Amino acid sequence: MRKKVKAPRRKGHWLVNLILGIICVVWFIPTLGLLISSVRPAADILQTGWWTVIPHRQWETVSQIKLDRDTDLRKPIEVNGQSFPDDQLKAGVEVGDQRLIWENRRARTVDVQEKKWGSSTNFTLQNYETVLGGKEYKITQPDGTVQTEQGSGMGRSFWNTIAVVVPSTVIPIFIASFAAYAFAWLKFKGRKAFFIVVIALLVVPLQVALIPILRDYTALGLNGTYFGIWMAHTAFGLPLITYFMYNSISQLPKDLFESAFMDGASNFTIFSKLILPLSVPALASICIFQFLWVWNDYLVSLIFLGSQPEVQVLSMSIANLVGSRGSDWHLLTAAAFVSMLTPLAVFFALQKYFVRGLLGGSVKG
Amino acid sequence: MDAGNEINVRGKQRFTPRLILLSILVPLLNLGVHTLIFLFFRESGLPPMFNALLAVIWGIFGIYSIYFTLNWVVEQYPDKWKERVTPYVFVGPAVLLLGWLLFLPTLRTLYLSFFNADSTKFVGLANFGAVFTDRLLLTALRNNLMWVVIGTLACVILGLLVAVLADRSSFERLAKAIVFMPMAISFVAAGVIWKFIYYYQPGDEQIGLLNAIIIQLGFQPQGWLSMVQPWNNLFLIVILVWMQTGFAMVIFSAAIKGIPEDMLEAARMDGAGEIRIFFKIMLPVISGTVLAVTTTIIVFTLKIFDVVMIMTGGQYGTEVVATEFYRQLFMYQNAGYGSTLAIVLLIAVIPVIILNVRQLQKGGNL
Repeated sequence: MRKKVKAPRRKGHWLVNLILGIICVVWFIPTLGLLISSVRPAADILQTGWWTVIPHRQWETVSQIKLDRDTDLRKPIEVNGQSFPDDQLKAGVEVGDQRLIWENRRARTVDVQEKKWGSSTNFTLQNYETVLGGKEYKITQPDGTVQTEQGSGMGRSFWNTIAVVVPSTVIPIFIASFAAYAFAWLKFKGRKAFFIVVIALLVVPLQVALIPILRDYTALGLNGTYFGIWMAHTAFGLPLITYFMYNSISQLPKDLFESAFMDGASNFTIFSKLILPLSVPALASICIFQFLWVWNDYLVSLIFLGSQPEVQVLSMSIANLVGSRGSDWHLLTAAAFVSMLTPLAVFFALQKYFVRGLLGGSVKG
Repeated sequence: MDAGNEINVRGKQRFTPRLILLSILVPLLNLGVHTLIFLFFRESGLPPMFNALLAVIWGIFGIYSIYFTLNWVVEQYPDKWKERVTPYVFVGPAVLLLGWLLFLPTLRTLYLSFFNADSTKFVGLANFGAVFTDRLLLTALRNNLMWVVIGTLACVILGLLVAVLADRSSFERLAKAIVFMPMAISFVAAGVIWKFIYYYQPGDEQIGLLNAIIIQLGFQPQGWLSMVQPWNNLFLIVILVWMQTGFAMVIFSAAIKGIPEDMLEAARMDGAGEIRIFFKIMLPVISGTVLAVTTTIIVFTLKIFDVVMIMTGGQYGTEVVATEFYRQLFMYQNAGYGSTLAIVLLIAVIPVIILNVRQLQKGGNL
């Protein structure tokens, strides 16, 4: 492994930092918006943008003026000695530091507002409770009415996702590592031909395989079962993982195997006692990749698992939420954030292996 | 002593009936046990958490036990056979799975693409003719091209830019983590995030970030995903770029760090500017990596499905080949068109395959 060399400081430093800083802010804002929205009450989300949480100058009502109930709205309306047309009062009209705007046009009350520092700081965890549990919840709508809604029971989808994702990550990596070892270090007939086919399959779009597999699965009763989707994810992930593990395993020093063979170790022992421990960085990085892909997959589970609640995975239940309650942002944002937590945790936990493994593997160029 | 050894060796050269029985029994036993477990899971109504844990245990130990038992049988074989069979035990599962679930299906899909909607009548190339004349499908092809060209270019260029900048900045780790983070987010969740950004409601108070900015700049709010076609495709492509730039960046960054420092230093001594160094030295050195990353993103983008499905469902002229494929297959029950679309995708990737196999051969990997 290469030692990290501290790059010498170069000119143009502040400009580099500035440009990179701007890119980072742009990249971070979407996620930040989601996170903030997911802890705001349903009514607030629909009325003000999430950025109003950040302290900013906003109009706040300081007093009210009650006009005569019989004021004619078609003529210019007199307020505090000045007169304004109805349209202006509807949109708000600025007089010096103050702004005049209808509070209630029918009751003829006008708000007098001043700019003040403020922020909307109503936070709640109810969105998460609703999304995770399966019970009914009461939600106050923007217009004040109270509405009950059915929780979406994402707790269940979470466990389904675990049952799909963990084996779908471990099985292909296991199978692929065995194959990669054989391709790299054992002699057998058809080695080259098999390997070329595996590499060619690397770029086959998985859509090509869906219809025939679906027919086989229907015939075998594998549709909507964990086993079926494990096999599908395994097959779709195998070419890349095999290629990746081949790159890593074939670079191990040859004398390592020879001395082990001399000691009478079998291939299986060499593989499990020598190869696997030595390939931990590569294994960890491909593990993250496969984990993220399977966790975030939507198409494969849509087709082979379907959306029955017993087997539904997280991505599917969010997609259903988007479809059925497209503007219930309090639910959507919370659900999306729940689904992001696990992959983000895994990613940050294994991050250091990730870059190291990639360096030893696919970056040979 | 010597004689005894010889008999022993000769004895190990032969297949005994016990060995043959084992070679048949062990695979059958494996099949039987796992079928039983499979049936147990299908019938059981266990609580979700418990079910998940059991399934995980089965998956992990199941795969290990299959290799372990098969290998154990082969270990009993005479030495010559052991050497011959072991590689096939190691590659076998991978080859079988790939054959069943990827290789044969590709051939079968090709076959299906020459048949009508319910695969009962041979129609020759009629499906291909239809795909390239149908207005919706043509839009899908055009959009896919847009995705591949614009999306891939943007990801690769931005990825390079961030990788180079991060290498010289004072907050490299943080910047990389931020740009990479969207990779960990599913397209479905990203769909929610961006739907919220593009959200449009009539009136002055906008809760979608983009419309709020537009109003501040003095323009009218827009329904970004349904308005002026085909530009709404660009707003969808932005999502892909947001998510995939991190992938390109991480790999480029690793490659850039691999460039020997004295090479760059020598160029600097000669008075070359940083931009010149980037184009004349860095880029040629990492060209192999650039090709690998570009390939990965092209292949990924060709198959793009989730973003479009979640954001617009393929409406407002945003359909791509994969969403059209899904619609043909599951809504119109037309396996003929569905297969044909999949094959069109495959044909589109062929040049990419060839380019990569060539690169592999050059690198001496084959």
